[in-house]
Amino acid sequence: MVKTIEEINEKIKAGKAVVFNAEEIIEFAREKGVKKTAEQVDVVTTGTFGIMCSSGAYFNVGHSKPRIKLGGGRTYMNDVPAYTGLAAVDLFLGANALPDDDPRNRIHPGEFNYGGGHVIEELVAGKDIRLEATAFGTDCYPRRKLETWINIKDLNEAVLFNIRNAYQNYNVAVNTSDKTIYTYMGVLKPNLGNANYSSAGQLSPLFNDPFYKTIGIGTRIFLGGGTGFVAWQGTQYNPSVPRTEKGIPKEGAGTLAVIGDMKQMSPRWLVGASVQGYGCSLTVGIGVPIPILDEEVLRYTLVTDADIVAPVIDYSDAFPQLKPDKLGEVNYAELKSGKIKIKGKDVPTASRSSYPKALEIADILKDWIKQGKFFLTSPVEKLPGAESGVRVRPLKERPIEE
Amino acid sequence: MAVDKKIVLRFPKRMVDRPIVYRLVKDYDLEFNILKASITPEQEGLLVLELKGNQQEYDKGIEFLLKAGVQIQSLSQDVTRNEERCTHCGACVTICPTGAFKVDPKTRKVIFEDEKCIACGLCIPACPPRAMEVHF
Repeated sequence: MVKTIEEINEKIKAGKAVVFNAEEIIEFAREKGVKKTAEQVDVVTTGTFGIMCSSGAYFNVGHSKPRIKLGGGRTYMNDVPAYTGLAAVDLFLGANALPDDDPRNRIHPGEFNYGGGHVIEELVAGKDIRLEATAFGTDCYPRRKLETWINIKDLNEAVLFNIRNAYQNYNVAVNTSDKTIYTYMGVLKPNLGNANYSSAGQLSPLFNDPFYKTIGIGTRIFLGGGTGFVAWQGTQYNPSVPRTEKGIPKEGAGTLAVIGDMKQMSPRWLVGASVQGYGCSLTVGIGVPIPILDEEVLRYTLVTDADIVAPVIDYSDAFPQLKPDKLGEVNYAELKSGKIKIKGKDVPTASRSSYPKALEIADILKDWIKQGKFFLTSPVEKLPGAESGVRVRPLKERPIEE
Repeated sequence: MAVDKKIVLRFPKRMVDRPIVYRLVKDYDLEFNILKASITPEQEGLLVLELKGNQQEYDKGIEFLLKAGVQIQSLSQDVTRNEERCTHCGACVTICPTGAFKVDPKTRKVIFEDEKCIACGLCIPACPPRAMEVHF
């Protein structure tokens, strides 16, 4: 039995689509069997809500009178610097950007209370943002200074464009040194004091489509509370890693670059993040629908936490020194039990990614589809697959000769 | 009757050099556990104590502190969670030294048991959405 996206969309239009989230489908298929489930179910919805570092947004703020060319000058949004290497009034704001006067790690660990991610949250919350700019002045753009309030509703474009989100699997971070360390994976206590992980596991989009059979460029998704699209494979895309028998990558693998209209989005699903000792970022909510085209596609969505293994990495040495060493592998059922065993020691675990919010996203997407508000898309191009040979590479440093 | 309470003491700077806690032990037979202390000369001192002992002696001890000019506040409501900001990620769970955060195994939501909280403040900068707030 094979369905097409067009057939599924017809059913969505008629209000007859059968939709489950990626957690419910596991139980449903266990009862009904794979064959029947694949016939009956049209869509499985996934979700994830975690800090996703390579996130940002671009804006066109409109031309002032007289005109100013922000490009090549300096521009700040609530004191956070935006990138101005674009034309006159286009800006890009990265989630990790920090105000020039942030003390950073001068008193370690720094708190990083406000940065680009927080500006993005405040923008989508409808708050006014202070825009301050200096420019060099040209014959056609004479103005050199601009100080004004801006609001998302008045911007010509406000587009969230995250170049690496929704990591397919991720490290479990631990610390074997004798002092506390402050990492992007959170505070890690000495001597294997805790283990932090960051994935929604069985609900996470790319675990439910491990070979990128349905998710591709152009896939319509839930993004930050609005609709968005998969724009490209994310940076550091690394599909050729070792996989389990069921095809689940055993370490960080696929990633997604996503894009969407920020004016539709909500501060509930885009939350500024402060990572102690590390910096600022943005917590992003993403949900991806998986059309159940056939039994094989369905089978992948039946992945459970016990099927997903992740590498345990020492963030006091292996990670910063870019060494390939692993302290072991654990599965997500073990991680969610609250403790794992590493080197014979019981280590308490904590998540960096919110499972309850991921579930809420998968359910919102389910409702949108059931109510005929959200239609599925066929990818316009596939993402490079596990056999593509695409691999992430380290930087090859070459000395610069004088 | 025995009591066991967590309290926040604030000392004016003129009192920072007086052995207050010693008197609580010596004169009122109270058992203490210092949960947090920040005492800087020429500034206000702050001490978070767990005090155990006989109710009568405890009351007398508190009276002694008040007379001496120490401000006393109960600890229980000092660290609160802003429910609007909490995303239930779980980053706080292993940070808390007293295990005041627990993940509900069914909903995966983080439960904050404030009676276990000793107001050490470690969760505050460790919380990415800054949902934990301290009110001293």
